[in-house]
Amino acid sequence: MDCQYACPAHTNVPEYLRLIAQGRHDDSYLLNRESNVFPGILGRTCDRPCEPACRRGRVDGKPVAICRLKRVAADLRDDITDRLPVAPAVKNGKRVALVGCGPSSLTVANDLMPLGYDCVILEKLDRSGGLMRVNIPAFRLPASVLDEEIGYVLDMGVDIRYNTPVTSMKALLAEGYDAVYVGSGAPKGKELDIPGRDDPAIADRIHIGIDWLKSVHFGHIEKIESRVLIIGVGNTAMDCCRTSRRVGATDVKVIARRSRPYFKASPWELEDAEEEQVEIVENHVPKRFVIEGGQLKGMEFDVVRWTDQPGGRQKSDVLDTVVIPCDAVILAIGQDNAFPWIERDAGIAFDQWDVPVVDRATHMSSRAGVFFGGDAAFGPANIIWAVEHGHQAAISIHQYCQGLPVTDRPAFGMNLLSAKMGMHSWSYSNDYNPSPRAKMTHEELVKRFSDVAVEVELGFSPEQTAREVQRCLNCDIQTDFTAALCIECDACVDVCPVNCLTITKDGDEADLRGRLSAPAANLSQELYVSGALPQTRRVMVKDEDVCLHCGLCAERCPTAAWDMRKFELEIPYAFAAAGAAAHG
Amino acid sequence: MTSITKPPVRHPGLRRNSIGLTARDYEGAMSTLCAGCGHDSVTAAIIQAAWELALPPHRVAKMSGIGCSSKTTAYFMKQAHGFNSVHGRMPSVASGANAANRELHYIGISGDGDSLSIGLGQLCHAIRRNVNLLYVIENNGVYGLTKGQFSASSDVGSKSKRGEPNVQPPIDPVQLALTLGATFVARSFSGDKAQLVPILKAAFEHTGLALVDVISPCVTFNDHDGSTKSYRYTREHTVELTSVDLVPLRREIGVPGGDEAVVSVTMHDGDVVRFRRTEDGYDPTDREQAIAHVRACQHRGEVATGILFIDESGHDMHEVNGTVAGALAELPFEALCPGSASLAELMAEFR
Repeated sequence: MDCQYACPAHTNVPEYLRLIAQGRHDDSYLLNRESNVFPGILGRTCDRPCEPACRRGRVDGKPVAICRLKRVAADLRDDITDRLPVAPAVKNGKRVALVGCGPSSLTVANDLMPLGYDCVILEKLDRSGGLMRVNIPAFRLPASVLDEEIGYVLDMGVDIRYNTPVTSMKALLAEGYDAVYVGSGAPKGKELDIPGRDDPAIADRIHIGIDWLKSVHFGHIEKIESRVLIIGVGNTAMDCCRTSRRVGATDVKVIARRSRPYFKASPWELEDAEEEQVEIVENHVPKRFVIEGGQLKGMEFDVVRWTDQPGGRQKSDVLDTVVIPCDAVILAIGQDNAFPWIERDAGIAFDQWDVPVVDRATHMSSRAGVFFGGDAAFGPANIIWAVEHGHQAAISIHQYCQGLPVTDRPAFGMNLLSAKMGMHSWSYSNDYNPSPRAKMTHEELVKRFSDVAVEVELGFSPEQTAREVQRCLNCDIQTDFTAALCIECDACVDVCPVNCLTITKDGDEADLRGRLSAPAANLSQELYVSGALPQTRRVMVKDEDVCLHCGLCAERCPTAAWDMRKFELEIPYAFAAAGAAAHG
Repeated sequence: MTSITKPPVRHPGLRRNSIGLTARDYEGAMSTLCAGCGHDSVTAAIIQAAWELALPPHRVAKMSGIGCSSKTTAYFMKQAHGFNSVHGRMPSVASGANAANRELHYIGISGDGDSLSIGLGQLCHAIRRNVNLLYVIENNGVYGLTKGQFSASSDVGSKSKRGEPNVQPPIDPVQLALTLGATFVARSFSGDKAQLVPILKAAFEHTGLALVDVISPCVTFNDHDGSTKSYRYTREHTVELTSVDLVPLRREIGVPGGDEAVVSVTMHDGDVVRFRRTEDGYDPTDREQAIAHVRACQHRGEVATGILFIDESGHDMHEVNGTVAGALAELPFEALCPGSASLAELMAEFR
């Protein structure tokens, strides 16, 4: 299932979309929460790795609007607090310190609290959420959504200590915690070392993106000059340019070194920025700050052309040099990890780039009992990765605290169950909905620019939701073939609307691809080939590439050689042990 | 329990023919036949053949009678003309339609009940008149629509679903057509599109009646052990006498010289049917030999398939009767109805 595979937390997308379709928003929300912990937050801000993977995109060009449907489940849910996990009355006596109150630490707490752990979160700011709160502007993610979902975790009895910066790892370790988890993010914005950067005359006109966003969040900055250049074209740059528009800038340009296909920002964030009259300038490499009379006048850029080089790299040729006038500059060219508070002799090995050595699977550092996750572990990624790191680290911490090897990971399980309910009747809606992808309605520009906290996306209407959930191709409902039952009547081959099926002589994959009912051009999609069929010893070949999972092959099969079966991935979580104990 | 209709979305890599249509543009309504019915495969083969020939669907007329087979005209070329006639009377209605408008491509779909029982006389006369018509018999040896009685094409000894053997000798439409002078006689199997599609293409292009007997198993009432019209039995007893390929005029390629096994027959419109003999010495242009060979196969319990006989020197109904060129609907009114003076003149000839 491509969407679930692409999601770092392996959220069961088709199942939660079906629950929305049935109006079961609570169930959909809770299914989401199991894997991604923050459905309301992620339904607004996720990087959506699932959507480029969505197979609907292969059929009509646009994936299902998975992310915004997640928000629908969150927005329309009823009070679900009595269905949330709770911490047991009797604790297990283990104490875990979590550094930073961002998504990864909160996930660790979410997974460990039901097992009876005492979780202590040490947060340097006076509020929760980390980057989700101070870096993502409120017009994308309202504070109320954050408060509610973070509350679900903290209300299990987490010991949250605000205004408590950790300044020494050694001191923290000395406090005798059973495990320490570092989820402190990648808090240092990258610098741009070009002439003029260090001129004290213009220091107040040049900002570091993430710091500037944080200052706007806290109200330390309420205004910016009218002409602003944003250097960099990642998602932070998008937040910076759109926030600028709300605090006084009227002429905002985002400057990119490369051309559009190489931008780091998600396409939808670029669209949203352009809708707010932000200009995106491609192929401009910063050269120097133009300072006249102690005033910032603009920035000079090389205008370049990129050409492909052998070996996949590109080289740039300078075509021209231009000066773009501006009054302020925001640098949004990336983030670095920074651990000034971890003593280098604390038993935690650092690598050649001065970041801690962390195991990709267990999240444990070279010092047993100290774990890293989120951006702090492997550099800046996104919220959903931070959540997944939290789940994995929670498993490790639980293993570690029981004295078990952290490398012993619980296995994934899976289930495959027939979806057949009767004649032409399935436990899912198998008809194909030809609707185009729903378009999100946005707040009008004047209202948006009046206040940083006015949410831009208004959410899907009930009609949009009803159509959009039906665009899902139900990729978890697998076409399951039993060769021994086939009588080779061709009914499935004939009825398949997208020519997925072929009965032909066996051969190797390259040979088979040339002999199918329709061209099988997507080489990343393996062919499904059956064993020899009983009557002619030919084979059934399925090209999954554009299969609609409409189930017509199974409906037209006279011998039930084809069946539609629902695949379910059973994901191991640390908190599952609590359920087993309670029911055990 | 109603099934969904086939989703309108198509494979992005689907090819288009010379008139810009994909095979899916030749489809019709969703089949309501039993799942696994051979007739649905025949439908798919007709769709494929019509697409490959780039027939304009609106210039096709689909004729049928009564029976499971006769439902299938609804399942392809929804843009085509159609007439669903009385049981067994499709050949007459098709003859009338063809007399009035000779410019359409006619395809009649019938079954062993519709053509070999109630409509046997109709079939014989359509062959005798040599109506320009592709005549498909979807032959399953059973009356499926009335729950599985033996039909006129059931073989002696073939067992019903309840285990009773058939005792009456079958009527073989192929031998019948050969003896009645049909100019194009073929037999194929719904489960073998590689053979059926080229046969249907050649039959579409044949001028005159092209009879194609298609063994099309009834998955519900006649696909059990002991049946001689089941998928398994047909596969095990088929003997392909000729393997055919239709080479349309516009992209004719040379027959490899010196290939003794290849026989080419040029059709009226210049297309070429190429035969590769798979049976030693079989000549599909020799009627006497064809009759003898098919009969011999039958005695051995074999099902002879391929284009069994073809004669491109025959004359169809219009040529024999010296009718006007073109469709009656397109004649000017004065020519179609020359008035009472002309009638009086004609009557005078008979006095």
